[in-house]
Amino acid sequence: MQLRRKIFDKITGFWMITSLITILSLPLIIGTGLYLKAAPLFDQQSFFSLIFSSQWAPSKGEFGFWPFIAGSLYVTVLSFLFTLPVCLLAAIYLTQFSSKQLIKVMHPVIDVLAGLPSVIYGVWGILIIVPFVSKYVAPVFNTTSSGYSVLSGGIVLAVMCIPYILNMLIEIFNTVPVGLREASLSLGATRWESVKHVVIRGNFPGIISAYGLGIAKAFGETIAVMMVVGNVVKVSINPLDAAYPLPALIANNYGEMLSIPMYDAALMFAAFLLLVIILIFNMIFRYLIHKTKRQ
Amino acid sequence: MNNAAASQTSEVSTKAALHSSQIVKIQDLNVFAGDHHILKNINLEIPRNKITVLLGPSGCGKTTLLKCMNKLTDLYRELKVSGSIFIEKDDILNTTTNIPSIRQKMGLLSQRPYPLPVSIYRNVSYGLKLKGVRDRKLINFSVEKHLREVGLWEEVKNRLNAPATSLSIGQQQRLCLARGLAVKPSIILADEPTSALDPISSKIIENLFKDIKKHYTIILVTHVLRQAIRLADHAIFMIDGEIIEQGDPEELFKNPQTEELRAYLVDGN
Repeated sequence: MQLRRKIFDKITGFWMITSLITILSLPLIIGTGLYLKAAPLFDQQSFFSLIFSSQWAPSKGEFGFWPFIAGSLYVTVLSFLFTLPVCLLAAIYLTQFSSKQLIKVMHPVIDVLAGLPSVIYGVWGILIIVPFVSKYVAPVFNTTSSGYSVLSGGIVLAVMCIPYILNMLIEIFNTVPVGLREASLSLGATRWESVKHVVIRGNFPGIISAYGLGIAKAFGETIAVMMVVGNVVKVSINPLDAAYPLPALIANNYGEMLSIPMYDAALMFAAFLLLVIILIFNMIFRYLIHKTKRQ
Repeated sequence: MNNAAASQTSEVSTKAALHSSQIVKIQDLNVFAGDHHILKNINLEIPRNKITVLLGPSGCGKTTLLKCMNKLTDLYRELKVSGSIFIEKDDILNTTTNIPSIRQKMGLLSQRPYPLPVSIYRNVSYGLKLKGVRDRKLINFSVEKHLREVGLWEEVKNRLNAPATSLSIGQQQRLCLARGLAVKPSIILADEPTSALDPISSKIIENLFKDIKKHYTIILVTHVLRQAIRLADHAIFMIDGEIIEQGDPEELFKNPQTEELRAYLVDGN
């Protein structure tokens, strides 16, 4: 009996450590794999010119990733600008002002939205957002647009991220004890002042991490964005122009056109870039959380 | 929420000419949560600059009564409040005065301390800032004064910018009291303020109450009989949402008139 328990204890211990090591080393293995696959590219072009060059002509052996990086960042930033106020205000309203019934109704709605496959958001974007941008938004600025644009990508991405971020914010705001709100109100604060000082300031690290996770998810989102963003290789400041984000580049081309020399290495490099950029995002947000927690 | 019309209000307020020795007068207060009748026909008067103890078993409606007085019942949509509560001469249930300024007449001390998620200094200055005070010197002066008032100044003067949550729970409760005093209330609503504290911290709070009652009216909710006996200048005994007895504590505790209070006194001792 003793022996059996000892052996069992050893096995579970060993198993836990093995799975932990596997999980910890996964990013490293993936990163190294991608880097090694992309390595042949570095013999041709410098790392700097790979990232900042806008020349994209695979058949001539020119690989400049700047249009893709810029496209990804632009779509992500736009979606962030849309989600920031919407999610924050909705979460505040749902947790601090609305009746309990409304939250009961909203929870399944948010869960359904969060669970929809991204291809559905893509189709919805093509049917609604793209024509909307082309017919109504572009004329306002006296230009024409096919509607397949950074703006459409940003909107679709924002809608996809809203349930995800909103859920996290609601969880965070629900942890504010009623007593704290009452304390603030009893000192003469209005409801909004209480929300500002108690709910928002008190949960700043949590809010940052919710948005951080949201952005990291948005940056890597592929299908829905690819369907509405136009996929044209160019760098433009105009949100009504098309763009070509990194994940779309990989998804559109991998498996095809691999007869072109170095093309697969270039796509691996795109994947590697994606990994590194998301890693950087995560590090920035970790730092911000750390910084606000100490205050 | 308040179903009495304005005309009724003026009539009631003339009737309820408050005696100058009283600061709070409650008439026919009823609170319902759905079908549940939480407070039943509450009528009481609270003397100025005294400690009034609301005594009774848990769940008898003491806390709800306290929350009615600074209108925190507004936060709960399911609560229906009717009747009148006169603070000074203003019926706060049927008034046009804005709620934040009514609440600033009262400092709230809850069952466990809830320091705001900011520094010690900013906890105390919070109410002043809400009032629109911008003068640094005045704020500094007030922060020091009220931290001294609760005996916390010497303990925290070198770390005013530390988070309030770094204090011990007893210190936090005193900080919450200082924070409440900083908005210059005339009444302090204390809802079992020592129930989460150790005996020494509890004693500090009790002694503080005895000291500051010269300047403030204290309404203390408790279910601890000994504490009520130690502190009360005026006592109100409640069971099940009803006031069973009220009056001079010595009289009340020596010669209970009702079976309920007699039983409570026996159990409590």
